Amino acid sequence: MATIAPAVPSPSLHERLQRIWETPPGLFGILGTVDHKTIGKRYLVTAFTFMLAGGLEAALMRAQLAGPNERLLTPEAYNQLFSMHGITMIFLYASPILSGFSNYIWPLMLGSRDMAFPRLNALSYWLFLFSGLFIYSSFLVGQAPDRGWFAYAPLTEGPFSPGLHMDFYALGLLFLTVSTTVGAINFIVTLFKLRAPGMSINRLPIFIWGTLTTSFAVLFAMPSLTAACVMLYFDRRFGMHFFDVAAGGHPLLWQHLFWIFGHPWVYIVVLPAMGIMSDMIPTFCRRPLAGYTFVALATVSTGILGFGVWVHHMFATGLPDLSTDFFSAASMVITIPSAVAVFAWLATIWHGRPVLRTPFLFAAGFIVLFVIGGVSGVATAAVPFDRQLTDTYFVVAHLHYVLVGINLFPVIAGFYYWLPKMTGRMLSERLGRWNFWTMFLGFNLGFFPMHIAGLLGMPRRIYTYPAGLGWGTVNLVTTIGSYVFAVGVLLFLVNVLWSLLRGPAAGPNPWDAPTLEWATSSPPPPYNFEVLPSVGSRHPLWEGRLPDEGTARSVLDRGPELDDGRETLGVTPLDAEPSEILTMPEDSLYPFLLALSLLVTFYGLLTSVWAMAVAGAVLVIAMTIGWLWPGDVPEEA
Amino acid sequence: MATAVAHRLPVGRAGKGATGWWGMLLLIVTEASLFAYLLFSYFYLGSMARGAWPPSGPPELRLALPNTVILLLSSAAMWWAESGVRQGRQGRLRLGLLLTLVLGIVFLAIQVVEYSHKQFTPATDAYGSLFFTITGFHGAHVAVGLLMIAVVAVRAWLGHFSERRHLAVTNVSWYWHFVDVVWLAVFTSLYLSPRFL
Amino acid sequence: MLLSPTYLRTFGVVADRMATLGWILLIVSSVVVLVVSVLVLVGVLRRGTGSFAPVERGGPGLRWIVIGGIVVPVVILVAVFVLTVTTQAAIASPATPPGLTVRVIGHQWWWEVRYLDPSPDRIATTANEIHIPVGRPVRFEVVAGDVIHSFWIPELAGKTDLIPGQRNVMWLEADHPGVFRGQCAEYCGMQHSKMAMSVVADPPAAFDAWLARQRLPAASPSDPDMVAGEAVFTSSACALCHTIRGTPARGRVGPDLTHLASRRTIAAGTLPNTRGYLAGWIANPQALKPGNVMPAVPLKPTELQVLITYLQSLN
Ligand code: HEA
Ligand code: HEA
Ligand code: HEC
Ligand code: CUA
Ligand SMILES: [Cu+2]
Repeated sequence: MATIAPAVPSPSLHERLQRIWETPPGLFGILGTVDHKTIGKRYLVTAFTFMLAGGLEAALMRAQLAGPNERLLTPEAYNQLFSMHGITMIFLYASPILSGFSNYIWPLMLGSRDMAFPRLNALSYWLFLFSGLFIYSSFLVGQAPDRGWFAYAPLTEGPFSPGLHMDFYALGLLFLTVSTTVGAINFIVTLFKLRAPGMSINRLPIFIWGTLTTSFAVLFAMPSLTAACVMLYFDRRFGMHFFDVAAGGHPLLWQHLFWIFGHPWVYIVVLPAMGIMSDMIPTFCRRPLAGYTFVALATVSTGILGFGVWVHHMFATGLPDLSTDFFSAASMVITIPSAVAVFAWLATIWHGRPVLRTPFLFAAGFIVLFVIGGVSGVATAAVPFDRQLTDTYFVVAHLHYVLVGINLFPVIAGFYYWLPKMTGRMLSERLGRWNFWTMFLGFNLGFFPMHIAGLLGMPRRIYTYPAGLGWGTVNLVTTIGSYVFAVGVLLFLVNVLWSLLRGPAAGPNPWDAPTLEWATSSPPPPYNFEVLPSVGSRHPLWEGRLPDEGTARSVLDRGPELDDGRETLGVTPLDAEPSEILTMPEDSLYPFLLALSLLVTFYGLLTSVWAMAVAGAVLVIAMTIGWLWPGDVPEEA
Repeated sequence: MATAVAHRLPVGRAGKGATGWWGMLLLIVTEASLFAYLLFSYFYLGSMARGAWPPSGPPELRLALPNTVILLLSSAAMWWAESGVRQGRQGRLRLGLLLTLVLGIVFLAIQVVEYSHKQFTPATDAYGSLFFTITGFHGAHVAVGLLMIAVVAVRAWLGHFSERRHLAVTNVSWYWHFVDVVWLAVFTSLYLSPRFL
Repeated sequence: MLLSPTYLRTFGVVADRMATLGWILLIVSSVVVLVVSVLVLVGVLRRGTGSFAPVERGGPGLRWIVIGGIVVPVVILVAVFVLTVTTQAAIASPATPPGLTVRVIGHQWWWEVRYLDPSPDRIATTANEIHIPVGRPVRFEVVAGDVIHSFWIPELAGKTDLIPGQRNVMWLEADHPGVFRGQCAEYCGMQHSKMAMSVVADPPAAFDAWLARQRLPAASPSDPDMVAGEAVFTSSACALCHTIRGTPARGRVGPDLTHLASRRTIAAGTLPNTRGYLAGWIANPQALKPGNVMPAVPLKPTELQVLITYLQSLN
């Protein structure tokens, strides 16, 4: 037992905490840090870099498709590029970038000093980085995955796909799965245990609801991909027959397993982003979110319903009408929570006073893109029409409107919003407007015509097309629009650079936002909060200004200091009553070394050098034991 | 509420409800889903099969049935060990862990013997692939569980645990019971269901 | 100039029904997008400012959520779903049972086509060009020869996948004579882009005549060049992969060439079937369709010439 008495911030407390929480400089600090803010930034930078790589791949594809019968790329090159583009964007960008935001923001927003498992957090970053590099190392041997991001068997099986292409795919994704799963567990436990006292579940920011829903979805969806990739690898390497009809397997097994994972996954990569929007729009509309409870419920129900629609990717596979009709209905039901969210944002805007700063411009643009992408999803959910739309550029248009509209736009908005918190410096507002308009107009110019290309009968995944089918013009426009869009991305990078070099100081709360992350300095100190805050409403920083949220009950300037080593407060899962003091781990090299060992294992599996795989596995076990072995000061119960 | 007034709180937590315990619980949830998908694959390919399923008839129970009992016994031993440490009884903890370890190893050994009697291999047909992959995955989980139990047993001998501090034991025992329950699902699906379906 | 093979301008009852549903969906979608965009734009411009106003509670906005987010979408979606199901049911099977069954076998990267018939010697085999009679429903059995492909004639019907281990069935009917382009719609490897085909809808009499001709073996050549060409074909590697009925060539790897000259294109819709392209194809198939299964067979120029002459006589 320990007594925690409320304290107030003071220079000596600051110094003590700084000593306790600071990561030492040098190589050990770089590889061993477990600070969620450092890890979050690494996630953001790494995932964004993968986005640029995927974007570059797309830029090459667009050059090839600009006109009929272009000869810039060979079919082999094109097929690797579009596959790696999809794999990169879906797996190495869209989800990890949101993990980056969650990692950085969660403890700050929740009023804690770190995540529940800081070392697992470091581990999940290293695993992400290494699995990304593992997949990209396929380019070095000229054998990048080339069967599309959903890799339908039997085209991926040994006889139809010689070489290492699809081994990189199967093993790379298995590797990444570990990272994502570890990350999801960490978020859930953090939410259950590491909140500010008083932050009961009806006071959680929607962003938290988004990542929470996503994390649960990961736990249930990811294993389906794991199973599929294991089977694929076994088929290819050990001559097994999961997808081989000649020996009792079936290609549709792959499709079911993949989409049972795949459809939940597309909501996994947007729910936190929609959460970012739900928290940001109120800040810029100077009022609380309309229909908080509706939006929270919509988030959770989308996550759940997302498990019941996977067959809408398989409408042309010859399933019975009864089954396709069922999944068509389910796909329409799932639009209701999205519609609820859209109209909650609209109501917030209409009943508020929008401040037209860059983050809000991206938010407004996002709503429009979301609806365009959403209704094209509804069109593909109508089975008979989908028999025409499927596998055409109409689907490519749909997926970019939703992925770019509800993932990339909120991500850029998130950067404009939170980068000042991370770096302490504002971005340029003027450049920001240019950035928004080039991206918004470029995107629509580039991707809207894809709907038309699809309606004109252009299939997807073709490296070239003949003249005379009327596809030339739309494709040229798409290419031009994509490049305008790329310039927009470039402007964003320029703005970030400008901000780092000479951006004006941000101060703790440049947007006068209501959530806890704005209560600490920008950038926050290693320990986040000098005294741990307690929360009395949904908008701790707006208290006293909203009539019906009553008297201010949040306490931000007085609270436990917890300065006996790295400590933070544990609470009860639902009501967030303080329940224990949590001892947090020190920096450690184990996460890095464990991830490295796993990399050795995966290269062993890739090359069939079994000794290497086994050596890696033994190292993994050794690292795990070393990691978990209690230190000199075992925590006292 | 709040921590703006003085409070007395424990530092860390012993078992259920600790962060580590939640972590283990969620790991079990996702692992259970993995086995659910593997068994889904088994039934899916079974439903699509054109010939008999399983092609060589239901697998024999001669070894598998006793083996199931052995695994169940190991779970009981684990429970005995864990409830021991909760009362601070070090001897029961050590003995229970040892017993679990031995029973687990026997289970794996019998599994290997059963494998060696099989007329088919993972590369024979899809059924073979499924049989060996599913039981193999389970076997791998047993092996990982045994490793964890071994580490915990060493720590038990070093006197790391007490009635107040035994999170590692609790976690390992949850994991072990989970592996057991998975076996029951695997056993029912692979060994029993072909006899009834 | 060809027109685009768009499925919004259709020539058969299956595609017609799909297009009707499609137009409704596109119009409803456009209206939804328009309404929301206007709401965003007006909402932002109406009270938007450049500076931070004081925080207020504002209206609860629940009416927006209930009407815009629940009631209106539910009404629209129920209507859309009813249309989906009724359209689906309407095109499930033709009014009169089809008298003709065509089996389409997908290969990397070409289409084998068989007109099924109870007596095996009346089965006509061809490739990449499917003839059907106008105004009569035709049943298609689509199967995969290797990997998954998807059979798709936008102007006549939607897609049906060809899946190993599975025999999918669909039907279509053309109500106008014409040539309709189709293209493989499931990514099937390196030359997925060049796996096209065409469906030719003929008046019934013309169709019957065509089918009767396709059933016949190739006529024995008379002209000496053609005789020489046939000899080149049957004595070189060609015969290992191709069938020309009426000759010893019985290969099954590539398309049946018995009536090659009757087709409009070669190499799965990739090239026009002219003397020049035929020669170019045979001399170097890998240059025209990289990665396809047919290798360049070394031939002397004279051999190539007589071979082409022979192939062009296969009518
Ligand atoms: C970012 C992720 C994301 C999101 C959020 C969605 C959202 C939706 N998707 Fe999408 N989808 C993808 C990513 C996503 N999709 C990807 C990547 C693919 C392609 C995979 C591949 O093949 O490579 C795909 C493919 C895909 C298909 C298969 C197409 C095919 O291959 O044939 C279908 C079919 O039903 C579909 C449906 C839907 C539906 C109904 C929604 C709904 O959730 C949308 C709901 C939202 C709205 C409708 C807008 C807001 C609502 C209103 C304003 C109310 C009023 C509206 C109406 C009354 C209509 N999607
Ligand atoms: C989050 C997901 C995401 C994002 C952001 C994008 C972004 C883009 N995508 Fe992609 N895309 C997918 C997810 C995504 N895509 C998926 C899942 C598929 C399906 C794959 C499959 O079928 O398997 C797909 C498929 C796909 C296709 C279809 C390929 C085919 O079927 O043959 C095309 C074709 O145009 C395309 C284009 C683009 C373009 C032009 C961008 C642009 O937005 C990219 C813009 C970014 C940059 C260009 C880089 C940054 C800019 C700079 C560094 C400045 C300097 C560079 C230049 C000036 C060139 N994408
Ligand atoms: C190894 C097998 C193989 C050999 C040998 C071979 N072909 Fe082919 N041929 C094919 C395949 C496969 C195709 C289909 C290619 C495609 O469209 O992707 C084809 C296509 C063709 C076509 C176009 C048919 C159509 O309707 O599209 C012609 C004509 C042809 N081959 C003639 C020949 C001649 C003449 C020779 C000998 C000089 C020859 N082939 C040797 C496999 C072979
Ligand atoms: Cu065949 Cu694509
Ligand atoms: Cu989906």
